[in-house]
Amino acid sequence: MTHFTINGRAVSVEAEADTPLLWVIRDDIGLTGTKFGCGIGLCGACTVHVGGRATRSCITPVSAVADAEVTTIEGLDPAGAHPVQRAWLALQVPQCGYCQSGQIMQAAALLKDFPAPSDQDIDAVMAGNLCRCMTYVRIRAAIKRAAELTRSGKT
Amino acid sequence: MTRLAIEKHRVHPLSRRDFLIATAGAAGVAFGFCPMLKAAMDPGVPHGDPQSANGPQFEPTLWFAIAPDGTVTVNIIRAEMGQHVGTALARILADELEVDWAKVRIVHVDTDPKWGYMVTGGSWSVWQTFPIFSRAGAAGRIALIEAGAKIIGISPAQCSAKSGAVQGGGRSVSYGEIARRAGVARRFTPQELEKLPLKPVAERRLIGKTTTALDIAAKTNGTACYGIDAKVANMVYARPKLPPTRNGSKVIAVDDSAARKVKGYLRTITLEDPSDTVPGWVMVIAESYPAAIRATDLVEVKWTPGPGATVSEKDLQQHAAQLIANPNGGVILDTGNTDTAAAFKAARATLEQTYTTATVLHFQLEPVNALAFEKDGLFEIHTGNQWQSLILPTLAKALGRPEVSIVMRSYLLGGGFGRRLNGDYAVPAALAAKALGRPVKMVLTRADDTRFDSVRSPSVQTVRMAFGEAGQVTAMEHHAAAGWPTLVMVPSFMPKGQGGAPYDPFAIAGADHWYEVGAQRVRAISNDLANLSFRPGWLRSVGPGWTNWALESFMDEAAHHVRMDPVAFRLKLLTGAGRNAGSAPTAVGGAHRQAEVVRRVADRAGWGSTLPPNSGLGIATSFGQERDMPTWVACVARVRVDRATGAVRVERLTIVADAGTVVDPDSARAQIEGSALWGLSMALHEGTEFVNGQVKDTNLNSYLPLRIADVPELDISFIESTEPPVGLGEPGTTVIAPALANAIFAATGARLRHIPMTREAVRAAIPGQA
Repeated sequence: MTHFTINGRAVSVEAEADTPLLWVIRDDIGLTGTKFGCGIGLCGACTVHVGGRATRSCITPVSAVADAEVTTIEGLDPAGAHPVQRAWLALQVPQCGYCQSGQIMQAAALLKDFPAPSDQDIDAVMAGNLCRCMTYVRIRAAIKRAAELTRSGKT
Repeated sequence: MTRLAIEKHRVHPLSRRDFLIATAGAAGVAFGFCPMLKAAMDPGVPHGDPQSANGPQFEPTLWFAIAPDGTVTVNIIRAEMGQHVGTALARILADELEVDWAKVRIVHVDTDPKWGYMVTGGSWSVWQTFPIFSRAGAAGRIALIEAGAKIIGISPAQCSAKSGAVQGGGRSVSYGEIARRAGVARRFTPQELEKLPLKPVAERRLIGKTTTALDIAAKTNGTACYGIDAKVANMVYARPKLPPTRNGSKVIAVDDSAARKVKGYLRTITLEDPSDTVPGWVMVIAESYPAAIRATDLVEVKWTPGPGATVSEKDLQQHAAQLIANPNGGVILDTGNTDTAAAFKAARATLEQTYTTATVLHFQLEPVNALAFEKDGLFEIHTGNQWQSLILPTLAKALGRPEVSIVMRSYLLGGGFGRRLNGDYAVPAALAAKALGRPVKMVLTRADDTRFDSVRSPSVQTVRMAFGEAGQVTAMEHHAAAGWPTLVMVPSFMPKGQGGAPYDPFAIAGADHWYEVGAQRVRAISNDLANLSFRPGWLRSVGPGWTNWALESFMDEAAHHVRMDPVAFRLKLLTGAGRNAGSAPTAVGGAHRQAEVVRRVADRAGWGSTLPPNSGLGIATSFGQERDMPTWVACVARVRVDRATGAVRVERLTIVADAGTVVDPDSARAQIEGSALWGLSMALHEGTEFVNGQVKDTNLNSYLPLRIADVPELDISFIESTEPPVGLGEPGTTVIAPALANAIFAATGARLRHIPMTREAVRAAIPGQA
């Protein structure tokens, strides 16, 4: 039994300790916004926040998040209106959309570390997130838009 | 050419029957109670669950319904895989219907036979649907005006429709009210439909105007519903234990003793497949997917492998080269004068080059999966799919039951790119569900998905040109050998070339170009070793994705051979004469339109300007996918090459496209962005090889698609046009690799004739660097 918090809700799961967090989130807890892409932590589709840090849930054993706070795409913002999500919608970033939960979670974490990211910051942090539809041009623009939205929201 | 095939298979109700405009009798469409198990999927709402209509609906045609509150629901038979197809198609219909966009919803329907033939590929959706949905909307508008006029009590001629209401005599009656009152009956014959007056271009309110695609919001908050998210009570999970060869493997023995120690492991079953879709497949069943993954690794299976167990990429390419060397094989396309021998004999000079491409993976990010179960006499398949009408007969054969007792439910696709045109992955899930008598959710791991991929076949192409006086082009030949996906998966779709011999249009289109070259011989050759060893697939931009690599690289080489500027050389051959004049409905203007995108792209990209050392511009152009659906596109690539390492930095891609009428401008731009970067990814970053019958690279540790840091500046523009719309999902892909190769040549003198163009290959090809 592993106890942790997901999107502000306390949960206990019976999955074996080495079960990847991804499958616990998707199949045991039933939040399917987090996606399975490569299973080896190299596509980023499974990205969630653990203690606020972007984490690849497909290679994170559930035991590693014991007593931690996990946030998925469903919990990023109660109304789905996080600045990153608003920017994603405004610039119509998603195509097939399958990687976008991971892109958004990674971008939200990026903006915490780099409130005004440069292209180099974006390249470095987002390099781990594959978009097979190749929406990269819009991802870059939307991250900058989200940074502006975050700044304007604070003033 | 593919139009022949499409028409043969197209069974749109509009083309076959009268078009009945009548009110629905009772309540609206009934939807399943479970959000995950539905007859239709609305990508505009959380979890895709369509809302049931509140009260009777007005369903004047198969393609849309109007609810009492005025909401218009448009039925979409195409798969949503990132192209926002439902939004584009619904806007075509809504524009003619005169309804406000805020009132429009879309649903992706299941495979009820009433919808007709279901396929999403070839960049055909808008092109094929535009005339049908325009007329459906227009017919609806006319019927509503007549009904509204009756309610108002004046003649229809005194009424008009706007913003979802009929207006006339100083009164207005909403479409919703007309739906509530019912009693409308109106029938249009196909002949009447053909003659329906469509709106003048100047009166369009939605087509060509920017909007937010209806499927996007759910894709930003985790509520978008993909095949992999489908669930049903009492389901078990399955992962396949894949055989050593794609074809012909036979199971000798299965030992699951080690797997039994895995908690949640249930059993292992060897599939009996009458359709021979998944020969030698063994399915490992467990209570959870992680348990299925672990158990599969521990199950031991002995097989007798089928053909191709030792085949290598080199074997495949050598075989292709031998096939090309034999002048008698293959199929000659009808390109007018195909007798090139005399011109080559009389030529003042000739040029011949051979180009190759490596095996390419689809690597759509959502691994293939399917949920299958039988319920109330119906076998349900829940999965994302691009060609339901292709796999349903196969499923019927595999399951030994009539096709009408099988239904495929629609989900979003986590990438299509042609992989899900081949619905082979639905078969093992269905067979396992039948064998177990309970719902089975099969998911492939990434490595499983890659090994089971219908890859883009490696290819070999030889192109020859004959020159007369003053570099005049007098003849051209294009010989292309590769695996033929259409031969393997749907031979009835193959058109016929000279002598009535069938060929795969998706393994040669592009070579039958719009340049005026005198005698022209285009020969398509099936690589039988490829067809035997793996299951060749259709991959984004299909044939033109690699035929154009050879053609446009060669055009550059030919230009330099006769000491002409590559842009001027192309323009000289794009005469727009004879068979290249183009014709209605969709190829009006012919090669003149291709010449125009070439001129524009050269202008925008600063063609002819002086660049720093080791930088260069390269041009390529194409007509997209097919001669009878030409999307005119041209690209200038600007690259900088590091001579010491061979590393290529792509600085800018300038792209000009003429796709006729652009229905949804932002999505159109997105398709060019994505397709162009696909082209870049395949040109420089992707590519694998067969080793002992399997692809060498199965995951992202060694297969390396384009990432964000390598994305160049994109300058994309469209030609303003009111010509009929054509395809946009793939044409952008076709021009990138040759534009890059030509730019690398301009920068360094290195001529690359194989993709991917690795830095090692570039370095080795730089004169003086070898």
